[in-house]
Amino acid sequence: MNAKDVLGKQGEQLAAEYLQRAGLRILDRNWRCAEGEIDIVAAERRALVVCEVKTRSGVRYGTPLEAITRQKRNRLRRLAVRWLVAHGVLFDEIRIDVIGVLRAESGDFTVEHVRGVG
Amino acid sequence: MPLARTHSIALVGVQGHPVEIEADIENGLVALLLVGLPDAALREARDRIRAAIVNSREAWPQRRITVGLSPASLPKRGSSFDVGIAVAILGAADVLPAASLADLLFIGELGLDGRLRPVRGVLPAVVAAAAAGFGTVVVPADSAPEAALVPGVRVLAADSLGSLLGWLRGGCPADGAAGAAVWQGGSLPPDGGGPGPAGAAEVPGRDLAELVGQPTARRAAEICAAGGHHLLLLGPPGVGKTMLAERLPTILPRLEPAAALEVTAIHSVAGTLPPGGPLLSRPPFCAPHHTATKAAIVGGGSGIIQPGAASLAHHGCLFLDEAPEFSRDVLDALRQPLESGEVVVARLGVTARFPARFTLLLAANPCPCARSAAAVSSAAARSGCTCPPAARRRYLARLSGPLLDRVDVKVEFLPVGRAELLSDRQFTEPSSVVAKRVELARQRTAFRLRGTRWRLNAEIPGSELRRSYAPAPGALAPLERAMDLGEISARGVDRVIRLSWTVADLANVARPTITEVSYALGLWLGAAA
Repeated sequence: MNAKDVLGKQGEQLAAEYLQRAGLRILDRNWRCAEGEIDIVAAERRALVVCEVKTRSGVRYGTPLEAITRQKRNRLRRLAVRWLVAHGVLFDEIRIDVIGVLRAESGDFTVEHVRGVG
Repeated sequence: MPLARTHSIALVGVQGHPVEIEADIENGLVALLLVGLPDAALREARDRIRAAIVNSREAWPQRRITVGLSPASLPKRGSSFDVGIAVAILGAADVLPAASLADLLFIGELGLDGRLRPVRGVLPAVVAAAAAGFGTVVVPADSAPEAALVPGVRVLAADSLGSLLGWLRGGCPADGAAGAAVWQGGSLPPDGGGPGPAGAAEVPGRDLAELVGQPTARRAAEICAAGGHHLLLLGPPGVGKTMLAERLPTILPRLEPAAALEVTAIHSVAGTLPPGGPLLSRPPFCAPHHTATKAAIVGGGSGIIQPGAASLAHHGCLFLDEAPEFSRDVLDALRQPLESGEVVVARLGVTARFPARFTLLLAANPCPCARSAAAVSSAAARSGCTCPPAARRRYLARLSGPLLDRVDVKVEFLPVGRAELLSDRQFTEPSSVVAKRVELARQRTAFRLRGTRWRLNAEIPGSELRRSYAPAPGALAPLERAMDLGEISARGVDRVIRLSWTVADLANVARPTITEVSYALGLWLGAAA
């Protein structure tokens, strides 16, 4: 496994723990279909939360949150619908969240959670 | 607090309009949205501001930022909003106390490294800020002397975003604090500030004494300087037309403080202020080349509307050398400012007004070959002019009738005689002597016009001229004769009367008599001796 993939896995694990602590129910992780992958699928009350996790080891190429573009958000919306169809469940609301995980040089991680980006 | 508000100024021409800058931070993808009719340079502000904030060691808010510039209907151009937008964003991000920003006004462009760069038009912007009731204005350090010309405003000069943020966080900067300084507005610079002690606006290296001969033209220039009248100089090459025109500013008095501010504001927008001593207290002299376009003369241009030569010559002289070589549209475009004293440039969504009250100086050869001694045909034959009469007529006809009708004084230069050229010119009048007479005449004019908004005889409107400033009874006889002969238009009559007032002021005559009116008519017709 590449170093960057290890970092990504680590970030996703941290994000999942963070969401659980925040009171969300994790429904699925790394769900794949023909169109792509959802990092974390969770539920918060009656809302389906599709969560994209972006992990970076520095801000030389921009912060993790800046790496999420409009196109990425639109793809997550389509993936959310696909997930719902595949699992045959209903929610009142679909929400896209972004979690940025940043590893400082000291090895500590910072988790930043932005709810409802679109 | 996810919302912060501050202010800046949008310039339309030399008119500033207060603009409210609001920054709002909300959840969403990281982005900076700029709304409120920004142009391309202002849209680029997003990238400049981000780099400037990050390079000032501040965190860029990882949220969706919306910056609104209102009134949204007013088109906003240029980079002078950068600083205002940057502090509004930092206020919304809680880096700065948002409450402290609401009463401040920021002008300046940001460099990528966080430096505050000077922008054009700081003076009119600060004037507008003062008029809108802002007590403190933040400007780039390089623009501070210019901003400090405006009375009643505290000017904070910052050299970088970092030092500005330090000040905004910690209250008032101590005098001499690194990177930030407070200037009290209205302090005129010691050099040349305000009106000179009844002296002329001496232009180094130029003096009327250098001109050889031409007594008629000298006298005409003196009258034009005293009354603000327009002047046409006609004559063969090499007799001193350009020389005389370039020396006209040397006999004009210094600008009064209000006029100096107006002139400086126009030059500030045009970006032609000298660095250091920013207040222009000498009457400007603007001599555009004859290939100049209409936009260059009256103002315009794409994007930010720029003042043209006519406005840059406001309260001074606009000199068109080789006037018939200018394109006809350019010359005719001057008719509006000649009449109204301002230029109006209309654009989609905005109309810019530039003051343009100048003394027009036209110089022309009598014909294309320019070998004739005078515009009269007998003299032409004598000096070897080869132009057919039709060509000569066509050449001067390029100066259209309506334009010439607005030129008060037409004077013909004669070739300089040998004796004149070689004689000792020790006794030739220098500029300082003529300037004193001009100054005295202007004082008499100003005394008569006290309580009105006019300063010069040329500015008195026609109706007022006939009601309150009529020449002595019977003095108009030569004018009536000229009108009967069709030699002069109704507008020409008004211009001759204004001119006769200036002649009277120079001669210290209380009211123009038949002598002054006849002389003025001679000047108007171009037949004075």
